[in-house]
Amino acid sequence: MHILSVADDMVPAARGDEASTLMAGKIMASLFFEPSTRTRLSFAAAMNRLGGRVIGFARPGGTSLQKGETLADTIRTVESYCDLIAMRHPQEGSARMAAEFAEVPVINGGDGAGHHPTQCLLDLFTIQKERGDIGDNKVALIGDLKYGRTVHSLAYALALFKADLTFIAPEQLQMPHEVVEECQEHGASISFETDLDAAIEDVDVMYVTRIQKERFPDPEEYKKVAGIYTIDTDLLRHAKSEAIVMHPLPRVYEISAEVDDTSAAAYFRQAFNGVPVRMALISLVAGVIS
Amino acid sequence: MQPIKNGTVIDHITPGCALKVLKILRIPGDADGGSIISVVMHVKGDSGKKDIVKIENRELKAHEVDKIALIAPNATINIIRDYEVRDKHRVSVPDDIVGIVECANPSCISNASNEPIQPRFSVKSRDPLRIKCFYCEREIEDISAGII
Repeated sequence: MHILSVADDMVPAARGDEASTLMAGKIMASLFFEPSTRTRLSFAAAMNRLGGRVIGFARPGGTSLQKGETLADTIRTVESYCDLIAMRHPQEGSARMAAEFAEVPVINGGDGAGHHPTQCLLDLFTIQKERGDIGDNKVALIGDLKYGRTVHSLAYALALFKADLTFIAPEQLQMPHEVVEECQEHGASISFETDLDAAIEDVDVMYVTRIQKERFPDPEEYKKVAGIYTIDTDLLRHAKSEAIVMHPLPRVYEISAEVDDTSAAAYFRQAFNGVPVRMALISLVAGVIS
Repeated sequence: MQPIKNGTVIDHITPGCALKVLKILRIPGDADGGSIISVVMHVKGDSGKKDIVKIENRELKAHEVDKIALIAPNATINIIRDYEVRDKHRVSVPDDIVGIVECANPSCISNASNEPIQPRFSVKSRDPLRIKCFYCEREIEDISAGII
């Protein structure tokens, strides 16, 4: 909760309404071994808004990794050029391993199908800003719950707040059992659905995810489920009037463009929230604020 | 099976697991100094069948042997001196399991062939035994199949 509170204080600087020099003279290495738009750019925006500088790469091409260097050696080298590292890597547990080898702080910007903790924090921040509270909500996680790392991290976090969770997904993309078990161990109330229309009417937060083509080994399996759930204004008529729609973006078929102009559409505000949340994290892990 | 004069007897091993126990303990290996190692499998005991391993002239330390609890949770370690049992204890799974079991998740960084790390697990529950990868945090379903 402290991170969210610091993030709230960062909003004016994140918007550019105030200037911050908290990270002046500091360098963040941004190591993105997988494609990213929002995470990478919002990390860079956050560091720049704090008065710091950013070095790094947006894809592994042209780096020593292509010459066969280990991730461990890359981290040991890069850490001598910077004050903290933000990284995304396709292998699960890669950020944890990097943190073992680095003396400087490492922030996980997504590790394969594993976790995406900064997305999780900005999701919590968005729910709090939009709804005034986190735990006292019925939250539906919708779409690819098997391969979607953002929903794994978010489910764990919402379970800690004792939120009421509904997992809406086709059978083959339902939430992995270890995530479900751990959420239940933390006291979350969980229900499962395959039918979006049937589950939507008493939901406060609809958290929609893209069914990610790149996570499917078999393209035929992807075709069977792509576009299975779409949020449109017809569907929203059956939802609570104050319900919100969130999405980690990018979206493809999951939310119709017509939803963008409704008060329920929180996903672009959610994307902005990545900046103050990452500003808070950077400042806290760098020790420039406590 | 004859009694040994000095060494270690690992008793009450889950039937059929004696060879995996030796594999976990890296026996035979350099540390044995050519010790005689006896293995019997599917011996009838008081509470059903079991395997037994005897290692002559080498006393295994508790921290060396506890890791076999991953596949033989009821095993007992007997230290023998001059044909007498001088120390006896039941194995227990260590909190940190390093370099014994590999992660079943092919996308886990611990399975990257060139990274200088060993697979590492923490204990999630002791009864039933459930262990979780330190790196990717996935639980391993078949521990026995993951023994390196």
